Amino acid sequence: MAKKSKGAAVGGPAHRSVEAGVAIFAVVLALITIGGALAVGIDWGAEGPKAGFFPFYVGLFILGSSLINLWHALRDNPSDKLFAEWIQLRQVMSVVIPTTIYVFLISWIGIYIASLLLIALFMRWLGKYGWGYVVAVAAGTPLVIFIVFEKWFLVPLPKGPLEEFLGL
Amino acid sequence: MEELANLFHGFAVVLQPFNILVMVIGILLGVIIGVLPGLGGANGVAILLPLTFSMSPTSAIIMLSCIYWGALFGGAITSVLFNIPGEPWSVATTFDGYPMAQQGKAGEALTAAFTSSFVGALFAVIMITLVAPLVAKFALEFGPAEKFGVYFLAFCSFVGMSKEPPAKTVASMMIGFALGAVGLDQMTGQLRLTFGITELLIGFDFLIAVIGLFGIGEILLTMEEGLSFKGRSAMINLRVVIQTWKELPRYWMTSLRSCLIGCWMGVTPAGATPASFMSYGIAKRVSKRGHNFGNGEIEGVVAPETAAHAAGTSALLPMLALGVPGSPTAAVLLGGLLIWGLQPGPMLFIEQKDFVWGLIASMYLGNVVGLIIVLTCVPLFAAILRIPFSIIAPIILVLCAIGAYSVHNSTFDVVMMLVFGVAGYLLKKCNYPLAPLVLAIVLGDKAEESFRQSLLASQGSLSIFWSNGLVGTIMALGLIALFWPMIQAGWSMLMPVKKGTRQE
Repeated sequence: MAKKSKGAAVGGPAHRSVEAGVAIFAVVLALITIGGALAVGIDWGAEGPKAGFFPFYVGLFILGSSLINLWHALRDNPSDKLFAEWIQLRQVMSVVIPTTIYVFLISWIGIYIASLLLIALFMRWLGKYGWGYVVAVAAGTPLVIFIVFEKWFLVPLPKGPLEEFLGL
Repeated sequence: MEELANLFHGFAVVLQPFNILVMVIGILLGVIIGVLPGLGGANGVAILLPLTFSMSPTSAIIMLSCIYWGALFGGAITSVLFNIPGEPWSVATTFDGYPMAQQGKAGEALTAAFTSSFVGALFAVIMITLVAPLVAKFALEFGPAEKFGVYFLAFCSFVGMSKEPPAKTVASMMIGFALGAVGLDQMTGQLRLTFGITELLIGFDFLIAVIGLFGIGEILLTMEEGLSFKGRSAMINLRVVIQTWKELPRYWMTSLRSCLIGCWMGVTPAGATPASFMSYGIAKRVSKRGHNFGNGEIEGVVAPETAAHAAGTSALLPMLALGVPGSPTAAVLLGGLLIWGLQPGPMLFIEQKDFVWGLIASMYLGNVVGLIIVLTCVPLFAAILRIPFSIIAPIILVLCAIGAYSVHNSTFDVVMMLVFGVAGYLLKKCNYPLAPLVLAIVLGDKAEESFRQSLLASQGSLSIFWSNGLVGTIMALGLIALFWPMIQAGWSMLMPVKKGTRQE
């Protein structure tokens, strides 16, 4: 963790802006919750408190605590404290972006082929492994998953056109 | 002695060959989960939950609880060998465990850690055996107000016990309640907070939240911190084990104290992590060799490990007897119970005797089996951690996706998992505790139901929560837990001579 404090040499987003952003996002969530609660009614109906009664107060609590957090975020954090270095955030994004594509691919081509592509990408791009090794692990893992989940434990997983073609 | 007979019956259930097999598989998977970055007890159990759908509930709970024991043991391996705590409550184990490994005494440190874990867990299981039926019997008398009181106590302890700022704990918990409220309202059958999005009709499942927040979020954190694991190698042979075992009885006082701290803190939620720190801190203050703590003192491994496992195990007591889980992992087990059609809470002890006592018996056996497995297989597990992250990370991502998908067979859940993952990364970086969020999603509906039922009975007056001695006591305890930091601060101001130093 000592790495993060030297901030001046390597750039990155300030910790206080990220923390304030999280608090503001929570405020938005609170307002959505309160709005949704008001829409279904927060007073008493024929069967006691209406559906929005509990969420309404939950929303108020989120609102109150997030405003405190926002105030603390702006007051307590020195402006030169970094959230993370850009290079670290690039590492994080190198997982987030492929995974985002992956989760949307699952609905189109099924989990097996999507997983094969994800593992191959990681191994080739981040790990720089030789193609033989990449193909072995990337193809082997979905195969093992297929046997364990679909055959042994009878858990159906999303499949795509290829599995349909193979009649699985 | 009816309990004893029930327990022996439980052992008979557990000793069926299939259940023994399930137990060994569970422990092995659990240790692997505990060792791998990005997989901890809670989301490991959540991911493997679908595998148990086709089993009987008893075999299923044996497998899942053994994964939990395994993960608890696995946390110690990474703490000692790699200085990476596998779970938050293993942090205190790194203080003396890793220095011991640096001095070439990794074998001793691991043996001490495993043995203390075992002792702590065993103590807690005995406590559960004796106390859980009584608590359950007692809880049968609870009305809605008392039930709400128990939830109130549970959530107040989070706010009061947490290291994080109280406003962050409250925000995290209330966001959990809000997410839990989405979908069909249990009491009026009305839809709420769905804003016309059909995918939200069934609400947010906490399993998705667990897999996202703890699984994906953890991988993102690991990516940020860099991927080099520089570990110490460890060989445990029989000679080292016996030598360490000969030395351990000397610390019986530390052990006993840590067991008691662990059990006490474990029953209240959010307990395991503070329990391990508290136990370490007290041991450091009391021990003759306290000044040497942090430089590889074996007592500094014994204290936090014993307390953490006593706490981790006793977290199952309120889950079984009251239906209120004491930790995220206990919450996932509770979710499993609901999926298998069992209603957690006091009635379980009457209606599902086989299940409850099978589980309790499996806690005894599971810990024995676990101890043997970890002592014999440490090099194997340490080798898993040396598999490069660029191979392990995508495989864990794939497993998380499978786990998220199979909860409701919905690809929307997989997308939600990723959203929770990114949120978990940001929240964790900003010091928001995640456990209250997860527990609030799990317990939200029930807490709300008991709250509204109580108000219904009292025509909307909050005085019902003070209407009799029982509910009044529970609520008062909740308030004490909520304002605990202030009470503590006030106390140390009144007693300035008392040592106020706390272990960081």
